[in-house]
Amino acid sequence: MKTYLPAKFLIERDPERCIRCQVCVNQCTFDSHYYDAEDDEVRSYEESCVGCHRCVLFCPTKALTIRSNPLDYRDNYNWRPEVIEDIIRQAETGGVLLTGMGDDKGQRIYWDHLVLNASQVTNPSIDPLREPMELTTYLGQKPERVELHADLSLKTELAPQVRLEVPVMFAAMSYGAVSLNVHESLARAATEMGTLWNTGEGGLHPKLYKYGSNTIVQVASGRFGVHPEYLDVARVVEIKIGQGAKPGIGGHLPGEKVSLEVSMTRMIPQGTDALSPAPQHDIYSIEDLAQLVWALKEATNYTKPVSVKIAAVHNSAAIASGMVRAGADIIVLDGLRGSTGAAPKIIRDNVGIPIEMALASVDSRLRQEGIRNQTSIVVSGGIRNSGDVAKAIALGADAVYIGTAALIALGCTVCQQCHTGKCAWGICTTDLALTRRVNPDIGARRLANLLRGWSLELKDILGGMGVNALESLRGNRFHLRGVGLTDTELEILGVRMAGS
Amino acid sequence: MKEISQMNNPYHDEKVIDACSIFGVMDTSGRRFSGEGVIRAIANMHLRSNGLGGGFAIYGLYPEYAELYAFHIMYLSRQGKRQTEAFLKERFDLVCDEEIPTRPIPAIVAPPLLWRYFLEVGQHRPQGQSDDDYVVEQVMDINTKLQDAFVFSSGKDMGVFKGVGYPEEIADYFCLEKYQAYLWTAHGRFPTNTPGWWGGAHPFSILDWTVIHNGEISSYGINRRYLEQFGYHCTMQTDTEVVAYAVDLLMRKHGLPIEIVAKILAPSFWTDIERRPSGEQRLLRTLRQVYGSLLLNGPFTVIIAHQGEMIGLTDRIRLRPLTVGVRGDMLYLSSEESAIRLVCPDLERSWIPMGGEPIVGRLKQPLKSQSLVTAREKAQDAD
Repeated sequence: MKTYLPAKFLIERDPERCIRCQVCVNQCTFDSHYYDAEDDEVRSYEESCVGCHRCVLFCPTKALTIRSNPLDYRDNYNWRPEVIEDIIRQAETGGVLLTGMGDDKGQRIYWDHLVLNASQVTNPSIDPLREPMELTTYLGQKPERVELHADLSLKTELAPQVRLEVPVMFAAMSYGAVSLNVHESLARAATEMGTLWNTGEGGLHPKLYKYGSNTIVQVASGRFGVHPEYLDVARVVEIKIGQGAKPGIGGHLPGEKVSLEVSMTRMIPQGTDALSPAPQHDIYSIEDLAQLVWALKEATNYTKPVSVKIAAVHNSAAIASGMVRAGADIIVLDGLRGSTGAAPKIIRDNVGIPIEMALASVDSRLRQEGIRNQTSIVVSGGIRNSGDVAKAIALGADAVYIGTAALIALGCTVCQQCHTGKCAWGICTTDLALTRRVNPDIGARRLANLLRGWSLELKDILGGMGVNALESLRGNRFHLRGVGLTDTELEILGVRMAGS
Repeated sequence: MKEISQMNNPYHDEKVIDACSIFGVMDTSGRRFSGEGVIRAIANMHLRSNGLGGGFAIYGLYPEYAELYAFHIMYLSRQGKRQTEAFLKERFDLVCDEEIPTRPIPAIVAPPLLWRYFLEVGQHRPQGQSDDDYVVEQVMDINTKLQDAFVFSSGKDMGVFKGVGYPEEIADYFCLEKYQAYLWTAHGRFPTNTPGWWGGAHPFSILDWTVIHNGEISSYGINRRYLEQFGYHCTMQTDTEVVAYAVDLLMRKHGLPIEIVAKILAPSFWTDIERRPSGEQRLLRTLRQVYGSLLLNGPFTVIIAHQGEMIGLTDRIRLRPLTVGVRGDMLYLSSEESAIRLVCPDLERSWIPMGGEPIVGRLKQPLKSQSLVTAREKAQDAD
């Protein structure tokens, strides 16, 4: 069938600069460049280009420019080019449209409508370059009060706590979806920076057990790679109920990605599809979740917090309250913009609620019910910079997860081709020739640098507000103001309008 | 009461911002003395306030009624007084009442009606509730539900006197030089965003707990949300109210001593905690993990008092001033050393405590016998 899909990008090659070295041909995993030996010229298949810019960055003579194909259809607000092309694609394939990364649509990004406060006159700002500034955060269940013996020694025993030096963790990305080199980069950066990384649902490669004390291991619906040692080496065990990119949807790692190493780590035969059921089939209700939470606590001898991750959906506040009562020491909310290695596009872009709203309502609800101290709240899904982190913490989060931002630090340009397994940057693939493109020495350094930069910025933000500890910003919505929001939005966020 | 609380924060700011002068003096042997010196001392810091609020808390004030709850109430109307008195007679045994003695002075304009009542809970409280909790409930009821009435003092054998004016004017108005007591705290206020309201002056009090405060608490938003979980509702929108409720929660309800409470309100830095011996380290870390939301961040100095005890505390990096003076059994706390020297030129010792280090004077442990040994040694080490 002839495709009616036009090329998304134009590839311009400056003939004056091109030396026909074919680096672009070798770097492109989507076969957009080829060498014509007869004419001794490098040419392009523009319809294959995904706009990942790998070739542009690696062309030694900077001969390449990738531009959007203007595609000037007749203007139509309803039938936009993307809508038209999705229909064409489905007419030609008859299937569910798959995509990678997070929702790229124009729903309101509330972070951009929130602004932070600073001290002027009535209280002094604090200079983090000259005075201590504390970002240390402990995740885990806290009691309502501390009790002491008569001699003022401690009577209260705390549930297991996890210390973070920076309130930013690396989000769940499974081995199989991303490569072992990516896992190693994340694990080493988390260890260096005193934070945690998350294995995702594909198990933990034995090579990375040594980073266990900075590792969150996931127990998901497929139970891939879950065994006693996996639980034992971890710092936190996380039950994955859902994911912001595809709430209510399971996962499917195609057999061709299940290499020998992946098969060993996931504990499934090589080359077989790894299917994660949509629900956890032993959790059809809240009391079932409680059983799994306590089973995991029992299995780990009550030495580590158990976290529960859900996608942010309409009833998040009520669900979160149930999760806390079911014993979750940490609850993770993954918002509308949460990313994925592969998801049906229609689900990714239409299901779930913005993380800012979910966070605000969950934090408020848990406080109303007097159980906020019983859990830590972690949010994820579209956190882009330290400003977003500060706003999330002011809304009530204890810490955040970053996934996409971490991958961008490793080279990702958000071309949304993760589901193809052909990632030209070697991140979201198990093709051994490609995974070598991420060097864990360099990857770990880039990720640690990112966290270091954000830490410095967070300290500047805190100091400007006149506080020197992160817990004084946490849940402190008086340090936020809304810009361009309706009364209802402000009410849900618990934030006042700028100027009021 | 709605009208009055509107007056406290007429622009509906999140909270009222103010700065201040504070002074406290206690005879730890329990000897009662006149307030004349206190008034001179706080007047000496005139420039730290702007005439929009002054007040005093006085302990050992009503020895003849020491077992009765002494309510000081301000009224905006005769109607408010009639309603409130009917309420008091219904909820308490009213032993006696009188107008609080005042003398008219030009500086004090349009004062409210000021009355005091000596009350007994008697058989009025329900089974299982303590007298104190019952009284707190009644005070909250009057202050939030009744029109034109505000209880600004409700403890035993103590009283709060406050209003709009410079503190020395308030003292003059209330004839405070005539009273004798063993513990006095005094406050001059410099609000930036309120026209000043009689009830909004310091000290803030509930039962015999009083707080005077100089500072702005930048963590106010989370402190307030944390306290709301325990049923405290900050109706006055001032940081001082947050301090008062935090102290009530930690000391009265959670039963923690002030040394521990100081480590919650003004905790050590994590790096300092890591350097402590293991037992202390575990204690300090646990306190911060559990009560992190009560860390009072931003500049503050407070003097907290209740029957038999006076406590001075600054924020952990001491962004607002506090000076301590000691002579014999007398303990002085002040924003400025000059105010102490004015009334006690021959101090045995004076020093500036470290940020977050509480200074405590106790009746049960008079300075002479027990003394602030550790505090003094620390000060000498620092020298």
